[in-house]
Amino acid sequence: MSRLLSSSIARKIAMALSGLFLMVFLLQHFLINITSVFSEAMFNEISHFMGTNPLVQFALQPVLIFGVIFHFVMGFVLEIQNRNARSVGYVQFKGNANSSWMSRNMIYSGGVVLLFLILHFYDFWVPEMTYKYVEFLPEDPSRYYEELVHKFHDPIRVGLYVVSFAFLSLHLLHGFSSSFQSVGANNKYTRSLKSFGTAYAIIVPLGFAFIALFHHLNTL
Amino acid sequence: MKLNLKIWRQKNATEKGSMVSYPIDNISPDMSFLEMIDALNNMLILRNEEPVAFDHDCREGICGMCSMFINGEAHGPDRNVTTCQLHMRKFKDGDTITIEPFRAKAFPVIRDLVVDRSSFDRVQQAGGFVSINTSGNTQDANAIPIEKNKADLAFDAAACIGCGACVATCKNSSAMLFVGAKVSQYALLPQGKVEATQRVQNMVAQMDLEGFGNCTNTGACEVECPKGISLENIARMNREYLSASLKG
Amino acid sequence: MAVLDSKIPEGPLADKWTQHKNNIDLVNPANKRSIDVIVVGTGLAGGSAAATLAELGYNVKSFCFQDSPRRAHSIAAQGGINAAKNYQGDGDSIYRLFYDTVKGGDYRSREANVYRLAEVSANIIDQCVAQGVPFARDYGGLLDNRSFGGVLVSRTFYAKGQTGQQLLLGAYSAMNRQIGRGKIKMYNRHEMLDIVKVDGKARGIIARNLVTGEIERHSAHAVVIASGGYGNVFFLSTNAMGSNVSAAWKIHKKGAYFANPCFTQIHPTCIPVSGEDQSKLTLMSESLRNDGRIWVPKYKEDVQAIREGKKKPTDLAEEQRDYFLERRYPAFGNLVPRDVASRAAKERCDAGFGVNATGEAVYLDFAAAIKRYGKELAHVKGLDEDDVSLIDKLGKEIIKSKYGNLFQMYEKIVDQNPYETPMMIYPAVHYTMGGVWVDYNLMTTIPGCFAIGEANFSDHGANRLGASALMQGLADGYFVLPYTIGDYLSDDIRTGTISTDSPEFEEAEKEVRNQLNAFLNSKGTNPVDYYHKKLGKIMWNKCGMSRNEKDLKYAIKEIQELREDFYKNVRVPGTAESFNEELAKAGRVADFLELGELFAKDALDRYESCGGHFREESQTPEGEALRDDKNYTFVSAWEYKGKPSEAVLHKEELTYDNIELKTRSYK
Repeated sequence: MSRLLSSSIARKIAMALSGLFLMVFLLQHFLINITSVFSEAMFNEISHFMGTNPLVQFALQPVLIFGVIFHFVMGFVLEIQNRNARSVGYVQFKGNANSSWMSRNMIYSGGVVLLFLILHFYDFWVPEMTYKYVEFLPEDPSRYYEELVHKFHDPIRVGLYVVSFAFLSLHLLHGFSSSFQSVGANNKYTRSLKSFGTAYAIIVPLGFAFIALFHHLNTL
Repeated sequence: MKLNLKIWRQKNATEKGSMVSYPIDNISPDMSFLEMIDALNNMLILRNEEPVAFDHDCREGICGMCSMFINGEAHGPDRNVTTCQLHMRKFKDGDTITIEPFRAKAFPVIRDLVVDRSSFDRVQQAGGFVSINTSGNTQDANAIPIEKNKADLAFDAAACIGCGACVATCKNSSAMLFVGAKVSQYALLPQGKVEATQRVQNMVAQMDLEGFGNCTNTGACEVECPKGISLENIARMNREYLSASLKG
Repeated sequence: MAVLDSKIPEGPLADKWTQHKNNIDLVNPANKRSIDVIVVGTGLAGGSAAATLAELGYNVKSFCFQDSPRRAHSIAAQGGINAAKNYQGDGDSIYRLFYDTVKGGDYRSREANVYRLAEVSANIIDQCVAQGVPFARDYGGLLDNRSFGGVLVSRTFYAKGQTGQQLLLGAYSAMNRQIGRGKIKMYNRHEMLDIVKVDGKARGIIARNLVTGEIERHSAHAVVIASGGYGNVFFLSTNAMGSNVSAAWKIHKKGAYFANPCFTQIHPTCIPVSGEDQSKLTLMSESLRNDGRIWVPKYKEDVQAIREGKKKPTDLAEEQRDYFLERRYPAFGNLVPRDVASRAAKERCDAGFGVNATGEAVYLDFAAAIKRYGKELAHVKGLDEDDVSLIDKLGKEIIKSKYGNLFQMYEKIVDQNPYETPMMIYPAVHYTMGGVWVDYNLMTTIPGCFAIGEANFSDHGANRLGASALMQGLADGYFVLPYTIGDYLSDDIRTGTISTDSPEFEEAEKEVRNQLNAFLNSKGTNPVDYYHKKLGKIMWNKCGMSRNEKDLKYAIKEIQELREDFYKNVRVPGTAESFNEELAKAGRVADFLELGELFAKDALDRYESCGGHFREESQTPEGEALRDDKNYTFVSAWEYKGKPSEAVLHKEELTYDNIELKTRSYK
């Protein structure tokens, strides 16, 4: 593993693969959450399955957590290396002239997403884990929707979520196509892939924001 | 034209440098950027000051010797040109122009605007060749037909002039476009296939050793490259590297 | 005449090289390991020589003043490289390439050398393709060819308009392989400032590290000079800013004869001079003459209207244009050799038909080619051949694919779109056929000192054909020198390492230091460029495209005065112990100031017109060049005697056993 990650290209490929994995997860997360908008029962049913299925809980969940941590740690490692590669900075550097804001500021958009994740874990994952594995409370297949709606009551939280989704979108706007380039996929499909990536990067975070706002407004 | 130049002055590799302002007058819009610097230097010599050191040679955009980071961009604001092909008509009377050396840990400053790009040579020495003897005892040049499309792509990659603008302009000082172009040229041609696995691994290893940063696909290099080397070459190198790693 | 032995092997022309290779001495591989060779310059000749010598087993030390060997000025060669491959089946052969080259050189080159060049030419292409040089190919995947000036076949291989770049990067990659193996020790940013002779033999050089200013001694068993031509004696030329004669001139001063210095090539298709501050001229590849038609307006009033901006060139109808090359030389038309094309353009401009403000420009027009290609492509694609805008679009695409980078370069410099309006071009100094005198083995008159590529005089006579410089550089470096140097070095297998502590090295280093200090202490008032520009003006006006006795004599006097003034009044800032480009430039200009005089002296001595050398006193009633074969069928080799004015002329008579000397006609 250390040998594999000792080269710059291996690191960027690893970064891309973990990113791609997280994007798949994100899509899946989104598809589940969006059900909460139109069907309480369906949302509860899927959440119950995800929350109790041993494969999901004991195989996929650790992989996911590892993926998240890896992506962030690697991101910071790369950032430090990249900064070290230029010991004296420029007096004037016109990044706008040749690249997008998103591509140059992945560390910041990523950092916001990290802060959000901490909040998000604190909001959902920690209570969930405590509920199931610390306090061993009895499973109630219909509790999920209530918990969700309850969380979105607080306008500050909703505000934070919406802002974070905006940054997530910025992160994805570069990250999606970038990960394909990193794994070496640059060919005649690249243009369509880029359009798809842009759509993904806008629709998914927008959808998440919509879900948050929807439940918030519903409980007013 | 009247201009205010702000130029990085640094006596040698070890001393600290700083930006110095030089007002200059009587610049014709038809002059090339380097001819403008010539005029400045002429003025400095007559004033008994030391001229600004800068790299330049062919002055027709092919040798790759000239560098300069002008107003925040490698080779200045024009596209698909080197500094020597940049003309003063791209600037306006009264402009302030900031001129800095290409900056990267792997490109240490030698003096003023002159940097040491020998790291590029060392990357090439690590594998940027086909191991064929130059004795001429090879097969006939037309013995291996090469698909025109592939040959053209190989040429486009080989058009790199090794100026280092990609590194200078990359926020990470990454040399992936430079290395990717060379790896691609050989990967696209049957002559280069034989050593493909070793080549990409050795060149990437040397690139990392030189202290270049990682690629984060901002695409800035492609935009600033005077020869328009495509980002596809980096993707191709990544592919080559991946398959080389899998082969072991 | 005994001093000039060209060592041409006996036997029939076609067998000379093969027999010579069979007869010369070789150095066995084990002994090669104990022999050092210095190569100065890393262009096509120097780079390929260094790589091949290292591969053979010699220890090579390679020097270039640039920051990387890849930047040598061979990189700027655009059009292509000739080779007698006859891939197009249009009747090409080694003999024909040989014949064209001798004829193109106006019968002032050595038969045996040129034949060898033609012989190895095909091998160069094989070699380069094997190295991964991406030559242009056709849709069948085979190599494509184009035709160049002065020949009737298509034998030029090319890589868009960047052939020199691709070939040089090929040689550079071969060097890199040897550098990686430790067989070449590369000295970037180093300039050779003198050669060191021990017991009459070349045994090393004194070089200056251009970064630190350090003066270094380097020893070797042989020294190869591959430092290119001296076109920069004109200040404005298509050469790189750093291109210089110093290495060649230093060996000349130490005993190497300098041959035919006045044979300079003025290239017809360069971007015209625009102003006083111009630092260099840019070439537009000769390949453009394949598709471009050269013209000026037929009537003076149109010239006037164009200069005043009242008319555009595209406003003139066919019958108002004078396609002067097609008119004067119907057989070759726009593809006459460079010297002929240049003089014809000058003739029109001198007659008042120049089309820009300075009156020194003619048009190079692609409209006809765009139309022709557009129609062809429309036909192939089955589209409407009468649709003018479609034809125009398709034609421009093809022109773009062939010359895209050149058109772009033109647009950046001139700020006009050459797809829409004809290019303006004018001749400019481009290449020097003259150079260090060498024998068949490429050795100079200093034993152990070799000169290859543009730095020597050998293959192009009085005029070089397009796409032949790359061929000669690589032929010398890959295929000729590596053999012939062995013949010399075979005597050196027991010599052992050469010490750099000898009095000869001491003395040479002292001289170098003295000169550098003299520049720094002169405390004059004029920058180095001031002198270089003045010298350039003298050369261009009096030793340029046409020369006469009065001007040449005057030029010699002017150069002498300028040189004197230079040593008194030049100002070189900074110190010797640092990166100091002005100091490096001062040394180069000092040598140009001496060479310039020898140049004029040689031109004055050669009372005939041949190739690039046009003496006004020797022309036909129609104004064509008139050769004097009876009195001037020789190579002028000058021996240095303290100063250029006292140089002694040695003649190497040229004999033509295989070609009949004829008046060159392209009509």
